[in-house]
Amino acid sequence: MPGLLRRLRPRPQWLLLVPALTLLAWILLVPLGNSFLRSVGNGDWTLRHYESLFTDGVTMRVLVRTALTAAAVTVIAFLLGYPYAYLMTRVGPRMRGVLLIIVLIPFWTSVMARNYAWIVILQRNGPVHSFFELFGLDVVLYGTVAGVTVAMSQVLLPFMVLPLFSALSGIDRRLLLAARGLGSHPLVAFWKIYWPLSRAGVVAGLILVFTLSLGFYVTPALLGSPQQSLVAQLLGQRTTLLLDFSGAGALGMLVLVVTLVLVAWANRLGGTISAIGVVAAARTKDQP
Amino acid sequence: MSASTFRTAEPVPASTRAGTQIRLSNVTKDYGLTHPAVDDVSLTIEPGEFMTLLGPSGSGKTTTLNLIAGFETLTTGAISFDGVDVSRLPPHKRNLGMLFQNYALFPHMTVAQNVAYPLRERRMSKPDIARKVAEVLELVQLTGRDGHYPAQLSGGQQQRVALARAIVFGPTALLLDEPLGALDRNLRATLQLEIRRIHREVGSTFVFVTHDQEEAMNLSDRIALFNDGRIEQLGRPEALYRSPETLFTARFLGDSTVFTLSQATGTTAVWEGEVWSVDSRTVSGLVREGRPAALVVRPEDVRIAADRDAVPPDANCAAAIVRDIEYMGAYRTAMLSLGGAGNVMGRARLDALESDLRIGQPVVAWWRVDRQRVVAG
Repeated sequence: MPGLLRRLRPRPQWLLLVPALTLLAWILLVPLGNSFLRSVGNGDWTLRHYESLFTDGVTMRVLVRTALTAAAVTVIAFLLGYPYAYLMTRVGPRMRGVLLIIVLIPFWTSVMARNYAWIVILQRNGPVHSFFELFGLDVVLYGTVAGVTVAMSQVLLPFMVLPLFSALSGIDRRLLLAARGLGSHPLVAFWKIYWPLSRAGVVAGLILVFTLSLGFYVTPALLGSPQQSLVAQLLGQRTTLLLDFSGAGALGMLVLVVTLVLVAWANRLGGTISAIGVVAAARTKDQP
Repeated sequence: MSASTFRTAEPVPASTRAGTQIRLSNVTKDYGLTHPAVDDVSLTIEPGEFMTLLGPSGSGKTTTLNLIAGFETLTTGAISFDGVDVSRLPPHKRNLGMLFQNYALFPHMTVAQNVAYPLRERRMSKPDIARKVAEVLELVQLTGRDGHYPAQLSGGQQQRVALARAIVFGPTALLLDEPLGALDRNLRATLQLEIRRIHREVGSTFVFVTHDQEEAMNLSDRIALFNDGRIEQLGRPEALYRSPETLFTARFLGDSTVFTLSQATGTTAVWEGEVWSVDSRTVSGLVREGRPAALVVRPEDVRIAADRDAVPPDANCAAAIVRDIEYMGAYRTAMLSLGGAGNVMGRARLDALESDLRIGQPVVAWWRVDRQRVVAG
């Protein structure tokens, strides 16, 4: 303990953390501790709520579906976001501002307005349905996981684009010239030099979008269907309909642990915590 | 491999030099601005030659280097290596080594991986790569740093790694784009020696871009002085320094005292009522009757006398006032204002006999007729 105490020797600047820590303790640690206590039987110390997560036949299916949806959203956001962020590093400051605004529009739109707009777009006889009807296809994305995925990709795109842009704009393009001068085809130079140097941003973007997708509530609740609910809906159900706070607490703890493991793993892949930190400040309201 | 295969250890005799001839024929690069960046430049860089492209920023020297490297495309003209036209060849097929001011080392690769990069791109076998990397790291005196990352090295060491990477694959020629610009003065001097040594040992053609005239004179076999997209003057460093053709050259290389002449002929030059004698051998061929001309003298050729009687007969002179005396360590320099109006500033390097000058003292500045130069401009 003396060693630890020496390292934690009070310095005046630490006082600056007091307001934030107080707030965090009240709105995060206390409810979190509360959930944890309930999940282990509220004093009776039992793991049966955790056991039932694996045995009730529903939770695991929903968790797998949630993970697959989150993975799909992450892949879509990456495929759209990487070229977009790359373009942002190649245009002038004015055009870059325009591109930034376009990608941030979902942030500035009310959650409800955005989700109802997606309902209008995706529902039967909406523009998407009409578009597929041109080819004789009957595609209604409203009420499906696919529709949820599309809408979530739009909302989460900034979380992919911003860390990517931050990483890509830090790459010295003269390295690409150097690689070409040393005998690399431009595509090879991209693959061997540019891509590895952008990896920190890629990992940050992937982890951010994936973990945020895991907890999405409003979008799947409005655009999806109860038969194909995601984990946040399951949590909502257990707390507001079934009043099963212990079960909900156990499920919440499981999701939290999975997320923390992912973030820790990402951080090992290469200093991404700071990249995440920048963007996490702008966290969306689309959270339970 | 071609004759330009990289070698180490024993210096290559000049007669068997392994370099490539680089020929620029009427090369123009026009970005559509008021003036082409490179304007009809023709230049032949001989095999094994150390050629410096010197000039102020915006003079076209870097654009010319990028045209040779293939990073820029020609508007008109042609570039050939050993007689083979490479004008349409992309950079990665030109087989050139390139050294950048910012080193351009790959930050995610170790020293050894950086140096091995061009060899891996050429599909060389692993044992050969290991051998070549070890050889070239020894040549740049970085043995034992293989496993370091660039960020763990000093600026000078990073530039040595970049140099090793640029020569390890036996390039057709080495292009150096202000490679010493980011280094401090002492390190620059050390690396200049290093670059010269490596040029001698490798024997390939070096094309060096700089705005630093001292560096250019130190390193080069020949200098191409660029001005406004054109080559102002091409020649050996001594020739550019001793026999400038234009005022721009005289001003860019070394210090000069410049007298703008009101009249210049093959035998006399007139400046502010002074009529100076001229040796026709020291008059640039570009000087034309009726066109602006100037007489320039180097500080080391200007002497100070108390009055006109003390000036030797084979010398020209002008009235001067000592404005300041600068202590340069090895010698001192007098700043002079010359002529009746005193509106020409000049410099004279002082020797021991001239050490009792006072600031504000009226003197006579003189120089031998064969040490002056009459240039166009």
